[in-house]
Amino acid sequence: MTLHSAETDDLRDLYRELILDHARSPRHFGRLDSATHTAQGINPLCGDKLSLYLRVDDERRISASSFEGSGCAISVASASLLTDTITGLSVDKAEAVFDAVTKRLTQGGAGNLTPIEEDLESPFSKLAALDGVREFPSRVKCATLAWHALHSALSYGTTPATTE
Amino acid sequence: MTQPQRKRSVLAADWRKDFPVLQQSVDGQPLVYLDTAASAQQPATVIETVARYHREDHANVHRGIHTLSHRATDAYEGARDKIREFINAANRTEIVLTSGTTESINLVAQSFCRPRIGPGDKILITHLEHHSNIVPWQLVSEQTGADLVVAPIDDRGQLELESLYALMTNDVFMLAIGHVSNALGTINPVKDIVARARRQGIPVLIDGAQGVPHMRIDVQNLDCDFYAFSGHKMFGPTGTGVLYGRESLLEEMPPYQGGGDMILEVSFDGTIYNDLPYKFEAGTPNISGVIGLGAAIDYLQSIGMQNIADYERELHDYMVSQLGEVDGIRFIGTATDKASVQSFLLDDIHSHDLGTILDHQGVAIRTGHHCAMPVMTRFGISGTSRASLALYNNSDDVDRLIDALFKAKQVFK
Repeated sequence: MTLHSAETDDLRDLYRELILDHARSPRHFGRLDSATHTAQGINPLCGDKLSLYLRVDDERRISASSFEGSGCAISVASASLLTDTITGLSVDKAEAVFDAVTKRLTQGGAGNLTPIEEDLESPFSKLAALDGVREFPSRVKCATLAWHALHSALSYGTTPATTE
Repeated sequence: MTQPQRKRSVLAADWRKDFPVLQQSVDGQPLVYLDTAASAQQPATVIETVARYHREDHANVHRGIHTLSHRATDAYEGARDKIREFINAANRTEIVLTSGTTESINLVAQSFCRPRIGPGDKILITHLEHHSNIVPWQLVSEQTGADLVVAPIDDRGQLELESLYALMTNDVFMLAIGHVSNALGTINPVKDIVARARRQGIPVLIDGAQGVPHMRIDVQNLDCDFYAFSGHKMFGPTGTGVLYGRESLLEEMPPYQGGGDMILEVSFDGTIYNDLPYKFEAGTPNISGVIGLGAAIDYLQSIGMQNIADYERELHDYMVSQLGEVDGIRFIGTATDKASVQSFLLDDIHSHDLGTILDHQGVAIRTGHHCAMPVMTRFGISGTSRASLALYNNSDDVDRLIDALFKAKQVFK
């Protein structure tokens, strides 16, 4: 079988080891019974659904998060990376991360992670692993699904989010 | 892992060259189009017929006294005659032109069922249906208080006929059933089913969107009351469709939409509706699309539907046998009688990921729920990958599909 190297590179960039690892072994997977905020993410294109659970403490800090549902490798890995990243952050910081990630994935390099990255430890830099979707317009929504659910959960408490 | 051995004698018809869109590369590789069940490509004759109409003949139909209007009307009505002959309807008044299968089914739900049904009546469908043969019946059920009843399918994706027949009780007003499942490719024994329904006085609508492109359809032989299909699934333009209806039923039905062309005389005291089939064709129709559909029928007739069916069956069997040799393949839909479609899962790779990887090798398949969510639910899955064939595919396409699946396995290994 012959494959053009450019294609292979693009695919490898999309399905990086970190993405495949999180897709195979999603972190914080399951329901969070003590959640104070939840939201559903629905991608009407493929019918994939995931639920995001957040526990926000009295100091407006996300003390725990989890998700459940089924989806493609990209949407599951993104949700897993999300929960890895936002646990321990303040609500305001999590919203800033949502803003940066969605801009970064939908507007090319415009959503610069650096300003937030400075005061974050390593988990945040993992989010750059999602950058591969920028070459795959049809898959951007897979990567942003969980993030829209995060935004919904923080904005409204409990409400479904869609990628549309 | 070893790849299945390729067929030595290439299975190929030269119809592929008739389709300009297939002469291109995607991501540096010749396009392999395996998504005909979603929409078929158009042969050059259709594209040129539509373009020539726009360049030379366009005017509104059924209205003008001038030359172009005559030409447009002749071409448009000529297409209706071709459609009548193609499905062997008894009369051209039975050929209602619509925007597609979806509108055809909604027309029957709203114009045939809605005025006649109420609480206690049932509309019978099956678990195999496309959303377009589910939701219009749900709507009319909600509007009237009637019940929607669903006949089950087995683990191979075949109708459980005895259950279907048992559900054909006296309170069933209508049976709506797909000819060929878009998600699984199952061919339903519609002739037998119609015969059974008619013995009990139950009118039958057949959703033929996936039937018409692949086999010879004879509505008189089927003896169904309604047969709905789309132009773009049979190599014609989008936005065109047909509702065949038995004339005696169409006569009794009120108009579906009001507007120009569907009237004989309008005053503020009332309106006299036009004759069949125009009573159901309000407003300026998709003139160029219908003329293109006529050209698509000419194209299919020039090859012969039996030749197409024979070729596609051989290619389908080759595709299924090659897919079956790929480690980790799970077929969804293994009916004895199938047409041109194979749905499958590969290892635990999500169909969306598989679709992306295949696309990057120039192989276009459909992924997801195929607008048949209840079918997916029946098999406990959220979606499948689906390869669907047409007369322009060949065994090279199948081999490229297999190669691409092995590439996906490498990415996810």
